[in-house]
Order: sequence, then structure tokens, then C-alpha cells
Amino acid sequence: MRTPAADPVLSAHGVSFAFGAHRVLDDVGMEISPGEFTALVGPNGAGKSTLLRIVLGLLAPQKGRVELFGSPPRRLPARWRLGYVPQRPRLAPDLPATVEEVVAAGRLAKQGWWRRARPADRDAVAHALESVALDGLRAQRVAELSGGQQQRVLIAKALVSEPELLILDEPIAGVDAQAQRLFRDSLVHLLREHGAAVLLVSHELGAVADDLDRVVVLRRRVLFDGKPVDLAATGVSLGVHRDDLPRWLEELSENGGS
Amino acid sequence: MPGMPWPLPWPFDTTYMQLALIAGVAVGASAPLIGTFLVQKRLSLLGDGIGHVAVAGVGAGLLFGTSPTWTALVVAVVAALALEWLRSRGRTSGDLALALFFYGGIAAGVVLAGRSTTNTNLQPYLFGSILTVTEGDVYTIVALGALIIASIVLTRRALLAVVLDEDASRVAGIPVGALNALLAALTAVTVASAMRVTGVLLIAALMVLPVATSRVAARSFRATTVGAAVVGVVAVVVGLAAARQWALAAGGAIVLVTLALFAAASIAAPLRKSRAPDDAASLLSGPG
Repeated sequence: MRTPAADPVLSAHGVSFAFGAHRVLDDVGMEISPGEFTALVGPNGAGKSTLLRIVLGLLAPQKGRVELFGSPPRRLPARWRLGYVPQRPRLAPDLPATVEEVVAAGRLAKQGWWRRARPADRDAVAHALESVALDGLRAQRVAELSGGQQQRVLIAKALVSEPELLILDEPIAGVDAQAQRLFRDSLVHLLREHGAAVLLVSHELGAVADDLDRVVVLRRRVLFDGKPVDLAATGVSLGVHRDDLPRWLEELSENGGS
Repeated sequence: MPGMPWPLPWPFDTTYMQLALIAGVAVGASAPLIGTFLVQKRLSLLGDGIGHVAVAGVGAGLLFGTSPTWTALVVAVVAALALEWLRSRGRTSGDLALALFFYGGIAAGVVLAGRSTTNTNLQPYLFGSILTVTEGDVYTIVALGALIIASIVLTRRALLAVVLDEDASRVAGIPVGALNALLAALTAVTVASAMRVTGVLLIAALMVLPVATSRVAARSFRATTVGAAVVGVVAVVVGLAAARQWALAAGGAIVLVTLALFAAASIAAPLRKSRAPDDAASLLSGPG
């Protein structure tokens, strides 16, 4: 289906960014191929969120260049190819919208924001709800769901445009182990069924560590970019102080050493 | 209008009550539609603020002898767009800049109206005077109401997406800035159209209170929006009837009915189950 030499869905070259005198990103480069499951990890304050906002086109890089599907993020013609799951559910506790209405809002990138939903759009909403195991709660007010369920609503909202690249920002922060397993199942389902590339930005990856194709470790610069096993093998010799490593990274390196 | 008074039952059996009914229903149905989005964006008092600014437009209309509705519309739309621009740039410390606009608007309105040589004063525009609307007023109010309803019907999906998450909407290619400006401009249009019904000082009540009422019972955003419009229309009809029966100020009566409906809905609302169903339960119905 996909050729190994396919054009990258995301490429970043020489990206630098500073807030005033505080340099957050320094000559950062990375590429993601179609269908690849990549994790971007790094300690708090490593520049993950800034890089993410640049990739999404919400922030312009001061130096360097980012392309999504060969276009600058802000000029990407087919916006539905990019799916985005924000960091925490920012849903107001008094929001009177249903699960289905929130997910349908994610379909607008494909359906056209001024257009009525067609049968294909309604099918896509139903399918996205199924793939995150929330089809039983479609008419429920989203504000009445648990944190983990709300997170899956937002994943379904991003999936419903059938994106070719899904970017998730800290999706499993603060949700319990069972919710993490459900989240992992949803992602694996997306990877297998749709062949979409996934970029997961996180500092804890316990639930998905075994499914990753690639890990990029960021702390202002890219410290490591490769397979998880290679990271385990090199472990702490990357020049990262042990205290700065995300928790899962420590676990990986310990497992690799034993 | 042709054939008025139409054969309607009391209290709408006279021409002036029928004109008031048409104008009131147009405003009662359209103002809460805007309110649904304002409430969710935490901008409940924007309508109130723009109402204050509109007073300057009324004053200018009285001074220059043109229709105060149209001058108020122009001033309110310009002010609403300026406020939205300041808000989106993060240039305002919210409160203070808004206060400058609002009190500036009222003060300018009072000064301009004071210079006017006609006998008309600001009172009917501040508190409404729906029982004195003319046929021309009714055409204007209905046209503005239709404009508001059509705009919301066309953009409601995108407006909901913006309400849910502005960043995600930008990523999805939805014109967030233009939609926010549209909502601000429509708020100003609502103020101008409702000026003769509730008056600029009470218009925000008709945008916000029906939404608060409808939200108590509605299960979806769509139901909240439609329900708010229904509450708005009911409040206008009951308020007008009460005003006729007991010779009340109609604008104030309509707003008091809205408040009563909110109180009734809050008390009557059954105890909704607030606990979210278990993840395990939802898992059974999905492929997992």
C-alpha cells in the first residue's frame, strides 16, 4: 500500500524559537513518514508544546521551516488531513453539547464548515464514536462524562475527519490505567485500520511504549531520534541527565540493561 | 399593515398590540440565538455593553433627525467590531477598555440628545416602548431579526466548533477570527433591533436569560438553542399580555416574565443524574 520512500507527512528543518532571550527550540529537525507511530518526549519545559504549536501553524518559527504534506502548516489546502487532540479537555463544565455534537464539530474540516452534514458525515461520526468505544454515550452531555471519556471524545473529534496525521498533546496525562488502555486500543485501531501517522507528544508513554515505531527525545534540541529498542540500548549515554528523563524513559533503559 | 387589526383574540385584538406582537416575536426568537453562543463564550454581558454604546447612536439620530434605529445600528456594529478586534489582539485588560467604550457611549448619547431640538427624548430607547412601534419600525425589526436567524442557521456548526476550542478550529481551517467578528456584529444588530422592544438597557436580558432557562432542561446544544428561542417568544407574548392587562411597562414586563420562566425551570427541573456512566459500560457497546 505505502512505499517506504513516500513523502513525509511532516517535516521540520532547523526550527528555532525563543521567547525573548529564552531559547526554547534550537535547530530542531524531524520527519514523520505515512503510517508511522512516533512519540515526541522530553521533560517539562523541553520545548515540546512550542514545537507542537509551530507544527500546527498556531505559531510561526523564528528560523527554519515546517511542512505538512509538503505545504507550510498555515497554507495546508486540505485541512482534514491533519487531526489534533489538545492537551486537556477544555470543555466548559456547563456546556450543553452532546458527545455526538462535539465529535461532529471535528468533521467540519472535511465537510466544509458552512455545509449541512451528509449521510457520509453522519456515518463518519458514528464510526469515530465506535472506534473509541463511546457509541453508547452519543446522546450524553459531554460535560457529564469522566475525564478519560472526555479525552476519548476529543480523540473521536480528531479522528472523524479521517486524518492522515494525528497529533496528540499529552493525551494520557491524569487519566487512570483503564482509560489509558482504552486510549491505546483506539490509537492502535486508527493505525491499523486507517494507516494514519500518529505523533504523540507526552512525558508518560507507559500504555503505548510497545506499539511505537519511533521515539524522538527533545530537550531544546533533538537528543535522540530512532527506534525504541535503540534508545533502550543507548539509554542514559545520550547526554541527558538521569533526573531529566521522563519516567517511562528510565523504565525503558532499565529494562534494556537487565 | 394590510387588514389590521387582524381577527386575533385578546390581548392582540388591536392594531398597536399586533404590531407589538410581530416586533416582539422577531426579537424574542432572534436575540436568544445570539445569546446561546455569547453565554458559552463567557461574553454574557457583551450585549449589555454594546447596548450602552448604542445610546450614542440614538443620540446622534435624534440630533440629526434621522432614524435612531439606523444610527444606533451603525454605531453599535462599529463598536462591536472594534471591541472584538481589541479582544482578539489581547490589547484590552478586559474591564477597563470596555468601561471606556460603554460609559463613553452613554455620555455621548446623553450629550447629543440634549443638543437635539425635537421633543423626543432617550427614554423610549433606554427602556423600550414596544406599544408605540410604527409599521416602518416593524419592517425594520423583522428584517434585522431575519438577518440574525439566517446568519446563525448558516454558521451555527462552525460557531459551535469555535466555542468548543478556538485552536482546534484554527487547525481545522475554520475562519475563527471572521466568525468571532460576525458574532460581535450580530450582537450589535440584535441590540439595534431590540431597542424598541426592551430598550438598550434590558436587551442583554433577552439574549441571556432564555439561554439560562433552556439550558436547565435541554440535552443538546441544538435543543438549548431552539429552546432559548421558544422561551424568548413565550416571554414576549406573556409579557405583552401582562402589560396590556395591568398597564405595565412592556419591556420590563417581558424581562420579568423571562426571569420567572428561569426560576420555574430551575425549580421544576428533575434531579438529573450527574454521575457519568462507567467506562466499563461503554466498553461493552464498542469494539474496544
